Amino acid sequence: MSTVALPRSERTGFRLLREPALMIPIVGAGVLIYLAVLPLFMLVYGSFEKEIAPREFVVTLENYVNAYASPYTYSTFVNSIIFATGSAALTFLLGTMLAWLTERTNTPLRSLFVPIAVVPLILPGVLESIAWIFLLSPKFGYLNVALQSLFGLESPPFNVFSLPGMIWVHSVGQVPLAFLLMVAAFKSMDPSLEESAMMSGANTWQTFHRVTFRLLMPTTASVLLILFVRTLESFETPALIGIPARIYVYTSEIYLAFNEYPPDYGRGAALAVGLLLLSAIGVWLYTRSTGESKKYQTVTGKAFRPRQFDLGPWKWVGFSFLMVYFVFVVLMPFLVLFWASFLPFFATPGWDALDKLSFDNYRYLVGFRPFWDALQNSIILATSTATVAMILTSLIAWIVYKSRLPGSWLLDFLAFIPITVPGIVMGMALILLYVAFPLPIYGTIWLLMIAYVTRYMPYGMRAASGAIVQIHSELEEAASASGASWWETFKRVTLPLLRPGIAAGWIYICIVSFREFSTSVLLATGESRVLSILLFTMFEQGQVTVVAAIGMLMILVLLIIVGIFYRISGRFGIQT
Amino acid sequence: MIEVKSLVKIFADGKNAGVRAVDRVSFKVEERRFYTLLGPSGCGKTTTLRCIAGLEKADEGEIIVAGEKVFSASSGTFVPAYRRPIGMVFQSYAIWPHMTVFENVAFPLRVGKQKVSNDEIRKKVMAAVEQVELGGYEDRMATQLSGGQQQRLALARALVREPKVLLLDEPLSNLDAKLRERMRVELRELQRRLGITTLYVTHDQIEALSMSNVIAVMSAGVTVQEGTPREIYLQPRTKFVAQFIGSTNQISGQVTNQGSDGTGTVRTDEGEISCGILNELTAGDKVVVVVRPESIVLHQKKPSHGENVLEGKIGAAMFLGEYVDCTIELGKNVLETHQPHSLRVRRGDPVWVELPPGDCMALPAE
Repeated sequence: MSTVALPRSERTGFRLLREPALMIPIVGAGVLIYLAVLPLFMLVYGSFEKEIAPREFVVTLENYVNAYASPYTYSTFVNSIIFATGSAALTFLLGTMLAWLTERTNTPLRSLFVPIAVVPLILPGVLESIAWIFLLSPKFGYLNVALQSLFGLESPPFNVFSLPGMIWVHSVGQVPLAFLLMVAAFKSMDPSLEESAMMSGANTWQTFHRVTFRLLMPTTASVLLILFVRTLESFETPALIGIPARIYVYTSEIYLAFNEYPPDYGRGAALAVGLLLLSAIGVWLYTRSTGESKKYQTVTGKAFRPRQFDLGPWKWVGFSFLMVYFVFVVLMPFLVLFWASFLPFFATPGWDALDKLSFDNYRYLVGFRPFWDALQNSIILATSTATVAMILTSLIAWIVYKSRLPGSWLLDFLAFIPITVPGIVMGMALILLYVAFPLPIYGTIWLLMIAYVTRYMPYGMRAASGAIVQIHSELEEAASASGASWWETFKRVTLPLLRPGIAAGWIYICIVSFREFSTSVLLATGESRVLSILLFTMFEQGQVTVVAAIGMLMILVLLIIVGIFYRISGRFGIQT
Repeated sequence: MIEVKSLVKIFADGKNAGVRAVDRVSFKVEERRFYTLLGPSGCGKTTTLRCIAGLEKADEGEIIVAGEKVFSASSGTFVPAYRRPIGMVFQSYAIWPHMTVFENVAFPLRVGKQKVSNDEIRKKVMAAVEQVELGGYEDRMATQLSGGQQQRLALARALVREPKVLLLDEPLSNLDAKLRERMRVELRELQRRLGITTLYVTHDQIEALSMSNVIAVMSAGVTVQEGTPREIYLQPRTKFVAQFIGSTNQISGQVTNQGSDGTGTVRTDEGEISCGILNELTAGDKVVVVVRPESIVLHQKKPSHGENVLEGKIGAAMFLGEYVDCTIELGKNVLETHQPHSLRVRRGDPVWVELPPGDCMALPAE
């Protein structure tokens, strides 16, 4: 039943507006439209404008012609597709392999690898790219140098500055996501579906190919799709590896349009609209395909003990795979950053490099103003974004799932929109909005906060609504029956019960805001520079070992946040 | 048809010894019989079944199915599940959601070792589908079927390969009460018609009693008693069996006299009771006398003759429709009885209960 004290009909329209139960949805809708719809409207509007913030509006298709009919369009398009397809496939392959080995086989020490597989989540995308440049650069990459001296090779075996290089670096950063999704898929599968195939006379291969594989098909399709879209939207690898290598994808085109002199906002907007459409189609297909996969769930709500495949002697092959993955993909990027942070300049490791090791980089940072400013900005942004986003989304989730006000589904939809907006498109849209807007926040961190809150609203919604639907409405009704007003009920009953879910959402948004790159790259300038952007500019300027030191400190902060999260989750019983 | 010899299955529990889920279980199922493993959850019945199916590998013992040794710990034999001549129905039915009804049933024929022609498959599938009265549903997606239909589909799939043995793992527990009653009859009828050797696992005593030729009651990994439904119900050999199957009254006492014909007397707080006594008991042993509520005869006047007549008064009488559940307070014990609903009594009325010696059994107290 509805827990909202709906206003009685004899009240006048004017007093109706004072009812908090009605005021909040209306204000909520207003805020959401302002955050999620207005920037996109301005983006589309701007893409048809002759000049930005003009005295009079002239409709033109010139921007689209510039954006899509240039000689580079074709190669950019092809690069984007290869990059996204390749990454999605490789990420899926690695993630599924890890998930299968740890969930469904008797590979030795497999349970140890479950937490290890998600460790790369802590590494921001910018650092992931930098670490792999350290490892695979054709000139000084450690792995290249090591392999060359080991096998006496003439030329370096790997070149990170290539499409395969980009695919590799982006993929290993995304593997934890694919891993978690596939683990969930394996866990939710009723093992008796496979057992009954064996009882029907199907051998291991037939069981896998006719039952297991078919049952996983819908999940596979949706995971591949989400990986494809996320790669298309990503800018970390295209910025740090693609641009130096002159391999341009969709996101880097938008960035370059903005960064050339004079900036071509119109072309950028036209490109952004195209990327937005692609991503929206992807998300639409994804939500449809996950709906589809629900059809395949026959019996639910049971804890399954998944069937484990006995790999026999092959289990050592699986074990080697896990070990190689752990050493090369998880450990090495951290180690190389750690090592480089103690070097005066980037040098190959060896005995002669040992006496060059020092704390100079860290000492330098102590007196380096831009670092402290960026750190302060990042911390303020992470905490304030998480706080604002969770307050906003828990109120909205409450309206959507608990009140039965007509049209509340619209709020849900509005809060979901930003998930389709790639980070760099959001940046573009906000520039177009605030260049024309009277609010003087352009160039401040408040603009970044608005951007982050908008982008991470869908995550907040998921955390908050997950918690809210679990609260039985009778708990709130009992509060009302005890004489508590709407606000008292929310404050004393609903909110405390929501706390674990909200805490989880808060920490998650805190982490992703702290490492955000692709929106900030357009919006963070001068005073409002954040850590990820500082890393990017300093790396471009060649101060690579100082960058490594900043990176280590950044990882340290993220580890502290995660540590706090685990402490809290223990206390509140959050499921992780 | 199925022979299980001192089967042991140990599950690792983090400690050294592990949990002995099945502990030296042996039994034999004759051809065409309906054999039931009955016990509370966690007693090892499902594990035993899964070992026979080949879904679990036992640690000790031997399993012979249809004359073939499919498992033997001593010789290291382990025939994989898909090579055993067995059909199985799972508790969750395990109907493949990505296939139609037809494809679900055809699956065992398609993956089998010998190739079956498409015509042959069609004929066999249709026959199997007709057999479980699912004719006309072949082209539906399996998930569109109701619970009862899914269960029959699972049965058709298990039977289509004409296995030598049918294993059923609590197949009726997901159905509602009315449907379960009907399926009990249908399942037994089908089994009888096909003459297929069947091993059935359940925790439901009514299912076990009504369907089986032979029941083995299991508890904590061991077989406690094996026998026909009648024996299990009327002559339980342990307190556990008496308690687990049906409701029962217990009066504790001590054996005073042990006759050679399996009868004797027990001294209890309520006086001497004549009853059946197990051979292994001797005078002086502590026992409980068990008697079923429906065996107890109630007299509202003191009867002039009869054995085991005890005086008491009415405790509570609850009208349950089929019968009146009437408790009788004796000196130190309270007996539960089932009486016809013509009975008119009030709390505190003096009554005499008669415990027919043939329906009373003395069982070891521990």
